[in-house]
Amino acid sequence: MRLPVGLRAALTGFTLLVLVVIYTPLLLVVLNSFNADRSFGWPPKKLTLHWWDVAAHSEGARAALWTSLQVAMFATVIALVLGTLAAMALRRTRFFGRNVVSLLIILPIALPGIVTGLALRNAFKTVLGLELSLLTIVIAHATFCIVTVFNNVQARFQRLGGNLEDASMDLGAGPFTTFRLVTLPMLRSALLAGGLLSFGLSFDEIVVTTFTASSQDQTLPIWIFQNLFRPNQAPVVNVVAAVLVVLSAIPIYLAQKLSGGTAKAMTGAR
Amino acid sequence: MNLLRRLGRGIGAIPRSGRRLLRRSGARVGLLLLPPMLWLGLVYLGALAALFVTSLWGQNSFTGNIERVWTLDNFRDLLTIEVYRTITLRTLGIAALVTIVDAVLAFPIALYMAKVASPRLQRLMVIAVLMPLWASYLVKAYAWRGLLAQNGLIDSIASPFGLGTPGYGLLATTITLAYLWLPFMILPIYAGLERLPNSLFEASADLGAGSGMTLRRVVLPMAFPAVVAGSIFTFSLSLGDYIAVRIVGGTGQLLGNVVYDNQGAANNLPFAAAVATIPVVVMLVYLAAVRRTGALDSL
Repeated sequence: MRLPVGLRAALTGFTLLVLVVIYTPLLLVVLNSFNADRSFGWPPKKLTLHWWDVAAHSEGARAALWTSLQVAMFATVIALVLGTLAAMALRRTRFFGRNVVSLLIILPIALPGIVTGLALRNAFKTVLGLELSLLTIVIAHATFCIVTVFNNVQARFQRLGGNLEDASMDLGAGPFTTFRLVTLPMLRSALLAGGLLSFGLSFDEIVVTTFTASSQDQTLPIWIFQNLFRPNQAPVVNVVAAVLVVLSAIPIYLAQKLSGGTAKAMTGAR
Repeated sequence: MNLLRRLGRGIGAIPRSGRRLLRRSGARVGLLLLPPMLWLGLVYLGALAALFVTSLWGQNSFTGNIERVWTLDNFRDLLTIEVYRTITLRTLGIAALVTIVDAVLAFPIALYMAKVASPRLQRLMVIAVLMPLWASYLVKAYAWRGLLAQNGLIDSIASPFGLGTPGYGLLATTITLAYLWLPFMILPIYAGLERLPNSLFEASADLGAGSGMTLRRVVLPMAFPAVVAGSIFTFSLSLGDYIAVRIVGGTGQLLGNVVYDNQGAANNLPFAAAVATIPVVVMLVYLAAVRRTGALDSL
């Protein structure tokens, strides 16, 4: 590249600086999970593993984790099915409503979370008369997770085209056989990447969740939020937070490997 | 070739009529689209429409129950009561400020990633930028609470210079939101800059432009749609936030808090619905305004 040396140096320096600022808060969270002092002042005076032990035995945190995993799993399964169907429908077709459909898929994530959350809460409670439960959280999460799967599958279709499936059909395979033996294997890694992103999105969501969860259903983010300001629980929250920081590297690593590193595929529509 | 394929298709289609139906484009698209459109069109758009209808209903001030009578009272209150105007303007201001801060921070980083870093480093940088995105939102907001605390890291770094932490408030909220949404700005700009051919930079330099002029006259105009695409997310996400401001905002309130408190503690769902239409209208106006920049295609 032909950027002048001075500009390159300035860009490198600036980028390094911002990366330090990006990672300092996260490292601090991990460090504070070992901080013996409950006020978490800087610098930490004494380190301890005590809070990790307490956190490992925290019933609330464990139950919340299980709820979050269930919600993320069900929401992801729904998003996988609906996102793939939508991507398959829009493939190779240029009908008038195409842009409308794309917009509709992006909308749940493009509108602020309070809007999506309040709209669904109102629909569940006032319009349909449903009790809020795990199911309502799953429905809400699936709604904004569809886009991640849709984007990944659509990108894959664009890259691979339809020749293989045409060949399969020409050789006499029906649409379902072709889907099972040709389309699905072709999409496998795109589905994995989209599914992972969808899982992560759901696992971390709090705004929509606070509107669509009953007071009994605590996902992990809700549990953290409720215990954040309780002095007794703060050290445990720190440990949970540290674990989440460390764990977030895994899906991102996998998604990166699977999606071939295209930024767009990794972020969904966001 | 094309003819052969069409012939092949024709032969393959004859034996089973069901297959022919599925291969006919219209029916196929319709069948495939039905489930996702039922979900998004019926459940989601339906919910949005119901929200708007609810905002036009009243509330019995005695029982607190929703009264299904048409009224514009909620919108009248929203426009005439001073505090809601203040909060709306404050929210818009913070969302705009967060967007500008993110754009200024993200542009050099994206340029570095796209045009300075080696391909290997580019991949690593994408991970480095993305990882904090998937670290929990709450954890990050919470981390800033620790950083900004009275005896926190910022305080101990700034105190030798006679400065201190800004403390919890609107400034802290702006910093935290800008931190939270920064990756959403970096990634679209990076994707946009990556597409710029290197020959453009060379041509500009050959024609005698310095790096400052090349950036201003060549790179910035071409990256603008990507910046706008990023701004859609930073702006929308800031408009709707109510959690970060509860964690680092002190007593400050944003639109999100008004919505949340009205549907919860105040139990006035119609008014909450009316407040929630503000970000929707703002976002729709914003989307319509940026349509012409081509930003929507680079989402």
